[in-house]
Amino acid sequence: MNYRQVVITTIILLLFALIGTALVVYTFDNTRERIAANERATLLRKLHQLIPPELHDNTLLDDTLTVTSRPLLGTTGPVMVYRARRAAQPVALVIAPIAPDGYSGSIKLLVGINVDGTLSGVRVVAHRETPGLGDAIDETRSNWIHVFDNRSLGDPSLERWAVKKDGGDFDQLTGATITPRAVVKAVRQALLYYRDNQEALFASNKTDTPAPDEHGH
Amino acid sequence: MNDPTYTHILKEGLWLNNPGTVQLLGLCPLLAVTTTVINGLGLGLATTLTLVASNVSVSLIRKLVRPEIRIPVFVLIIASVVTVIELSMNAWLHDLYLILGIFIPLIVTNCAIIGRAESFASRQTVDRALLDGLAMGIGFTLVLVTLGGMREVIGQGTLLAQAHLMFGAFGEHLTLTLIEDYRGFLLAILPPGAFLGLGFLIAGINIINARREKKSTLKTMPVSQPAQA
Repeated sequence: MNYRQVVITTIILLLFALIGTALVVYTFDNTRERIAANERATLLRKLHQLIPPELHDNTLLDDTLTVTSRPLLGTTGPVMVYRARRAAQPVALVIAPIAPDGYSGSIKLLVGINVDGTLSGVRVVAHRETPGLGDAIDETRSNWIHVFDNRSLGDPSLERWAVKKDGGDFDQLTGATITPRAVVKAVRQALLYYRDNQEALFASNKTDTPAPDEHGH
Repeated sequence: MNDPTYTHILKEGLWLNNPGTVQLLGLCPLLAVTTTVINGLGLGLATTLTLVASNVSVSLIRKLVRPEIRIPVFVLIIASVVTVIELSMNAWLHDLYLILGIFIPLIVTNCAIIGRAESFASRQTVDRALLDGLAMGIGFTLVLVTLGGMREVIGQGTLLAQAHLMFGAFGEHLTLTLIEDYRGFLLAILPPGAFLGLGFLIAGINIINARREKKSTLKTMPVSQPAQA
């Protein structure tokens, strides 16, 4: 192969790289806003399972707060908090903590807490637990996750916030103890965090909330 | 070069040279995804779309590309096509994307696609390449759906669970609970179940093929006998 052919071949390959990249850039540019809007809508739908839309009049996705607490929220990274208010009065909030000690890694949760400290509900948003056993924590697989509905730190008492096998009040799953144990613990820790930081969690209003890229759609 | 007929292309993709059960290509997504019918169907449709798009593009540019750089060019085309499909699904079919999103990038690793580009589309006219992509894609989808169905029934006793994720509200009524109060058979859902299931599927196909061969040899016999008489 002489130089001329090498150059031509290189140019052809380069052209294909450019066309391919241009195609992806064009698609990315044209779908970015839709995708962001879709993701917001999906998140809002999940939040509304925990805090029904009729209970609040603010925009949940714009009234947010990021907090960090390694021991209580399960991660060193920032944890999102979505606040619900009605006529500027706090109604409930949703914390997104992580249960770090699942059977196969972290379990991402959404924990909805009413202003009086009772749970409005809990949902699993991401997990890699064993299909058929641990994945029953997912609401689409079983209704186990509803054991938390309306519970609070006094119901049951703090030392009984554990699975039955550990002397607590919560059912474990058939064939899976580690997964529910991790979830029960994470929910308990989130409630403790809420008890200790309740005022701060509702306090800062949305103007000084770091909520980048929440507008303009 | 002798051009294959349309019926031959269809037969190859759907049965004789099926990417899943005969060529045994694309096993990674095939084994990972087929825990339910719906998962299998979703990945199958996305793969079919990719196969058709990549086959057509490869066939269109087949005279432009020198043999030395054909593989990098195919990889570029396939990767771009898959990325475009992923982004478009995320934007316009978001609910479906939430389920299949993690599987779509797996399509890039499906060697059935580059295999078809290399061995078929780069040597054939656009119409044949398109049909081949369609036939291979549907053949692959059929394997995914069958294996998904086997594993779903044995593993959790249902069929078409979570169909609403793909068909909307209509899908809610599609789910069949075949075995009430079924405790589940975990092996079928875990990865070993995929290997076992695929093994049985291929064995079944081989049995059918062997029977058909026997029948066709039997059929040719009587033709020769009257000549003797």
